[in-house]
Amino acid sequence: MPSLDDLKKRIKSVKSTQKITKAMKMVAAAKLRKAQESAEKGRPYSQKMQNIILNLTKSINDPQNAPKLLVGTGEDKKYLCVVLTADRGLCGGFNSNICKLAKTNFKKIIGERKELNIITVGSKGHDQIKREYGKYVIKKFSFKDKKNISFNEADEVGKEIISLFNQNKFDKCIIFYNNFKNVITQIPQAQQIIPTETKNLKEGNDQNFSYEFEPEEDEILEDLLPKNISTQVFKALLENAASEQGSRMTAMDNATRNAGDLVDKLTIDYNRSRQASITKELIEIISGAESL
Amino acid sequence: MSEIFTVEIISPDQTILKQEANEVTIPSYEGQMGILNNHIPLITFLRPGIITIKTSIEKKFYVEEGTVEFSNNNLLILTSTAKDLANFDKILLNDLLQKAESQLNNKDSTDKDRYVISYKIETLREIIR
Repeated sequence: MPSLDDLKKRIKSVKSTQKITKAMKMVAAAKLRKAQESAEKGRPYSQKMQNIILNLTKSINDPQNAPKLLVGTGEDKKYLCVVLTADRGLCGGFNSNICKLAKTNFKKIIGERKELNIITVGSKGHDQIKREYGKYVIKKFSFKDKKNISFNEADEVGKEIISLFNQNKFDKCIIFYNNFKNVITQIPQAQQIIPTETKNLKEGNDQNFSYEFEPEEDEILEDLLPKNISTQVFKALLENAASEQGSRMTAMDNATRNAGDLVDKLTIDYNRSRQASITKELIEIISGAESL
Repeated sequence: MSEIFTVEIISPDQTILKQEANEVTIPSYEGQMGILNNHIPLITFLRPGIITIKTSIEKKFYVEEGTVEFSNNNLLILTSTAKDLANFDKILLNDLLQKAESQLNNKDSTDKDRYVISYKIETLREIIR
């Protein structure tokens, strides 16, 4: 049985933890609104970009000569996986969910005896992945000191991917990130960005326009495809940022509630043992008086 | 008025503009291009220059690069550098100009780069004037 003093100390410490989690929840809620807004604002750009590329792809008659970024190298041996996570913890299963999905994919790739390279973005993901797959990690990015993610950061990652591709380091590139569905639901996702996945794109505008191209298709594609890579990374980063805050908010909300429950329980314990000691003292006094 | 079409300018972080227009002039890679209603479907990209959107009032945007798609009377401009000329900072402008000029003198730039940069300088000078 812990003493009264011990219980008092514990109640105090749980209460101060609760204060911290509550504050973190509120900060996350405020940041979430901003992150969500920018994720939603960023969606049209990447969608329309994909659409244009889809339209361009349709008009390519000779897939042999199409840019490699679009159709791939024709081989399926080397994989590059880009794992996008947060730089901070205390956000529930956010980082673990991405890593879990990524790791199942790694296992599959290695199981098929294919070459694996990993780029991690965000330090939390790096920490989780390096334990098992440290030797595959070729580069890590961290944007810890950046307050808001801008296109420049995504461009940095995108350029790295493209330069690796040009050096023939991989045939397929997959990015892992959390898709922000709503505040409580974030879905970890694997998206293949090289070669561009066309079958999953919405076939919304099925009208086969004969586009006029200026300059030629392949020149436009050459300009557009690298941009598209950065755009997809940027989209993933934005979705991730929103998901992180959403996930943190829910996690901290739960933590605050649990701390409340714990304080209630401890207070009952505290009162009970206080009452017990009072009763004990009373009995001692009464029995002492009787014996006189 | 049946001669209007929609024009959208979208940057990675937001939709800058979405409105109806009568005529839009864009600095396409191979020269200025005027786009009217019912233009044939088109995909092209931009060099540095000024996008002019004409309705009852005229709006001008400075761009450095971008991709343009026109289909179904919908003009889509994807760019990360669009800036409204109405509130363009003078200091920023001079800064951009200086950077571009130093880039032009850089020996590493290719002819293609020089072509693009020379347009950039020209446009920036025009705006300053």
